[in-house]
Amino acid sequence: MADPMRIRAQASGGKATVRVLMSHEMETGQRRDAAGKLVPAWFIQDVTASLNGKPVMTAEWGPAVSKNPFLQFTIKGAKAGDKVSITWKDNKGETRTDEATVS
Amino acid sequence: MTKARHLCWALVLACSPALAQKSASQGIDEYRAMLQDGNPAELFEARGEDLWERKRGPKAASLEQCDLGKGPGVVKGAFVELPRFFADTQRMQDLESRIVTCMSTLQGFNEAEISKTPFGRGEMANVTALATWIAAESKGMRFNLPQSQATERVFYEVGKRLFFQRGGTHDFSCASCHGEEGKRIRLQDLPVLTKNPGDGVGFAAWPAYRVSNGQMWSMQLRLNDCYRQQRFPYPGFASDATIALSTYLGVNAKGAASVVPAIKR
Repeated sequence: MADPMRIRAQASGGKATVRVLMSHEMETGQRRDAAGKLVPAWFIQDVTASLNGKPVMTAEWGPAVSKNPFLQFTIKGAKAGDKVSITWKDNKGETRTDEATVS
Repeated sequence: MTKARHLCWALVLACSPALAQKSASQGIDEYRAMLQDGNPAELFEARGEDLWERKRGPKAASLEQCDLGKGPGVVKGAFVELPRFFADTQRMQDLESRIVTCMSTLQGFNEAEISKTPFGRGEMANVTALATWIAAESKGMRFNLPQSQATERVFYEVGKRLFFQRGGTHDFSCASCHGEEGKRIRLQDLPVLTKNPGDGVGFAAWPAYRVSNGQMWSMQLRLNDCYRQQRFPYPGFASDATIALSTYLGVNAKGAASVVPAIKR
């Protein structure tokens, strides 16, 4: 199973800044291994963020996003104590969800 | 009067490009500062902490009783005092070799097998994650390697000689790149390692996350790649040679604050 994400969410002035680090290979499918064979593509395709269970953002990602990606965004109206949850799903169907509390 | 005015113009022309353009290394520093906020080394730290506490290996034990030099289970401050002499193994050990010793004595892993594993694979990847977490627990602390044991002083002297030893197809030594001010490889400034290079530079900056290849690099891997760039054969994981070099760099860095885990290009 994939390693957990690191999520930090900090509220200030009526909005919260969310910083997420995801642990993922993000293989493009264009690289070759030592034997000259293509390394199969393996990357995150969908990212969704929810605030207290309500979706606030969805994103479609592709192979251009770096390995171990870092994502930062702000949520309007989020305050300390709110729950931010992030889910990613990759092209192999693997998925991971982690949650953090806004501080 | 006109002469003075001409001189003035000449000065303005000479100065303005320097004002308008920042140097390449300033640009790189800005880029690093931007990355620092989301340093993926944190992912390796989290993994290392989990590996420290989890019961693993043939003996199904955790590493929580591992003695990193400050007593069993003491993690904070251990990194800034390594490599040091360990009485139980009768050897000089750096952080990584000590982790492997603990994995073998406490958890029952095969020490020789781990040492042969390439970086980033299998149990070696776990050693790097553990080293990242343990080192990060000493973030901000200042290097103070012990030199009270005779062996520790011998390793410093051997490390110094290895640092200046030239050889290979390019007749390189460590000192060729790290022995004087103002040297760089491409856009990377190279620290002078024959003296204290300052806080968070050189020995005080590894393990670090390499953005360009998405890998976590430990000090052993850093030395490994320095030797590759010198076209030298690598002395082997946790060999006396690499630990002597680390002792030399670590003692020279006395008083420098650790920024580990750092982030590199």
